[in-house]
Amino acid sequence: MAKANGAGPNGSVPHETQVTFLEAIKQAMFEEMERDPAVILMGEDVGVYGGAFKTSEGLLERFGWERVIDTPISESAIIGAACGMSYCGLRPICEMQFIDFIVCAFNQITNFVAKGHYLWNAPAPMVIRGPSGGGVHGGPFHSANPEMYFVHTPGLKVIYPSTPYDAKGLLKAAVRDNNPVLFFEHKFLYRRIKGEVPAGDYTVPIGKAVVRREGKHLTILSYAAMMHTSLEAAEALAKEGIEAEVIDLRTLLPLDEETILHSVKKTNKCLVVHEDTKTGGIAGEIAALLCEKAFGDLDGPLMRVTSLDTPVPYAPTLEEHFLPNARKVFAAAKELARY
Amino acid sequence: MKKELTRQQYLDLYYYMRLNRAVEDMMVKLFRQNKIVGGLYSSLGQEAVSVGTAYALEKKDWLAPMIRNIGALLVKGVRPRDIFMQHMAKYDSPTKGKDGTSHFGDLDDLHIVSPISMLGDLIPVMTGVAMAGRYLGQKTVAMTWIGDGGSSTGVFHEGLNFAAAQKAPFVLILENNLWAYSTPVRKQVPLEHLADRAKAYGIESYIVDGNDAVAVYTVAKEAVERARAGQGPILIEAKTFRRMGHAQHDPAEYVPKEMRAYWEARDPLTLYEKFLASEKLLDAKGRNEIEENINKLLSAEREFAENSPMPPPELAETGVYCTGDDCHKIRAKWERPMAEVTPPRSSVTAVWTVPGFGSGQSSGGANAPIHFGDTQPAAQAAGLEAKSANGGKPTAKTAAKATSKKTVKAAPGSASRKARR
Repeated sequence: MAKANGAGPNGSVPHETQVTFLEAIKQAMFEEMERDPAVILMGEDVGVYGGAFKTSEGLLERFGWERVIDTPISESAIIGAACGMSYCGLRPICEMQFIDFIVCAFNQITNFVAKGHYLWNAPAPMVIRGPSGGGVHGGPFHSANPEMYFVHTPGLKVIYPSTPYDAKGLLKAAVRDNNPVLFFEHKFLYRRIKGEVPAGDYTVPIGKAVVRREGKHLTILSYAAMMHTSLEAAEALAKEGIEAEVIDLRTLLPLDEETILHSVKKTNKCLVVHEDTKTGGIAGEIAALLCEKAFGDLDGPLMRVTSLDTPVPYAPTLEEHFLPNARKVFAAAKELARY
Repeated sequence: MKKELTRQQYLDLYYYMRLNRAVEDMMVKLFRQNKIVGGLYSSLGQEAVSVGTAYALEKKDWLAPMIRNIGALLVKGVRPRDIFMQHMAKYDSPTKGKDGTSHFGDLDDLHIVSPISMLGDLIPVMTGVAMAGRYLGQKTVAMTWIGDGGSSTGVFHEGLNFAAAQKAPFVLILENNLWAYSTPVRKQVPLEHLADRAKAYGIESYIVDGNDAVAVYTVAKEAVERARAGQGPILIEAKTFRRMGHAQHDPAEYVPKEMRAYWEARDPLTLYEKFLASEKLLDAKGRNEIEENINKLLSAEREFAENSPMPPPELAETGVYCTGDDCHKIRAKWERPMAEVTPPRSSVTAVWTVPGFGSGQSSGGANAPIHFGDTQPAAQAAGLEAKSANGGKPTAKTAAKATSKKTVKAAPGSASRKARR
């Protein structure tokens, strides 16, 4: 590629069949901004520098100062201003440099952005995105998985993809959605995985889970980086004759109840794996869902493999202990399979 | 008060202040009859601030009220029945009973953004509205209000700083009514003038007597036009007094008697009526006529509001999400060529070459460090519609105007002089 942003001489993006997670996100923003001048990008260091992880590299060169806005370190101002812009028909994308800092704008998101449509019929089409998750030794303030603060907030949509294809398709869908969408990008995946991304425009529907691996003995529900961990565990389980069905939730709000229930009614066992901490994680919500709607179908307890109920520790030994891994998923799945 | 407005403008200001007070008087009655569901917050004695500032806006401009800016809503075109029904949680209210008080808006026609109860949040939101208006080439101005109390929030700083850095066409009215619930302003802020805070953001500010309707309007008009001309955000401190308690339940016994007496003697409507009489703009007969008209209007509006039903319970389940085009067709209203912001014309060189940045000089508007177009070649920048009309430099003319008797201008450069000492 001639330029770092992947833009060809006339702005076309040469698609490779295999792109990184990060490249997929960049392509989604690039193409959406190309498609619609109402789409703008705002955040700390997103312009000249191209973003802390270079997800917006090249966007300023192409779309200019009015559409790629470097902001002060003011998360509340970023989200608030984006909300105001969305009221005027724009579709801003806000980057949180690390998603940990989204809580600095918690009030703006949960009280202003999320409630407007319900209260006074004011849609706020905007995307709040940023790098999340641990496993890269970022420490307690650069490793967060704060998705559940927002899953608990009616009015928001919450997406947490695991593959480049989904990242691109869901980010495009998020930009086009008329609601505020939180888009979590697991930074462990940014450069570690590559995947097929087709040339041409496509979106992935928000609110739809996908079956990543078919199985009949138990269902493993997961998302983001832990999706890959779960698949790894499923491989190992298969060697022992346990066929796990692995489902990638992709969207946490709204949750795809249909796909979850369909699978659990088939396998009769459910294990939820997430990198978020245990108490108040999505696993608890799924447990309640299964109790309400599939209680008679369950042959065993809902089990969960999650991070510890602690802040994310810094030292590699501590963080590895803190995080779920394929071994822990394998052990839990084996235990569940015995029921 | 000086005679500079047209007769109609003087009378408009009077009408809306009268209407503001009459609407709130009627709501006090409704409150006492238990017809108002939640709290009732009074702007008694502050009508000149709401009315005088909002009257400076054009129809296309945007505003977002605070709880005590019923007058601003009336000026912008909100019907009194909507205000009554909001407070009474009626089905026909703008929020259909989902929220109360001044918490409603209108994106399509009146250009009003609904506030939330958390103070200060409107400042970045209206900054975004201002930036969007500029981006779309609409030449609109966004205005909101903040109290002396709300000016201590973190988001006040984040929002105003961002607006200043962006030179957003934004006017912030700091309505200093001396009390944040029961806490006097002196216990909150160790400043004589809250407008001094503008210096910290490198923006212009004014101080105005908030009980002088003509002064408020004159200053607001100038601020709105300067913001529209691309000179960046402007802060206006309107000094006034909250005559009632925080809300109806609060007798405000913590307010010293002398303070109350001082401000009651300076009632903005009484002052304005005297002025209008002395200038022979309105006699007793005219005044009675206006009052009769308002009474007639409000009794009809009240009747409509009282006859509106409560919302059906199931309504609570609806409307959390926009369901798409069938729900809202979201389209930006472009008033500049889209080609200006789409490739190839939008392309720039991604390097910082910002003159004045880091020189330690207070921006005062002239050296604002960040403004789109800063790093573009002059010829290209000149082609941008949204670039400020005069390149963001305050002209001698506007600077002189700002130092008129009723206004105080933040001296450009003063902050940096202090810093160098």
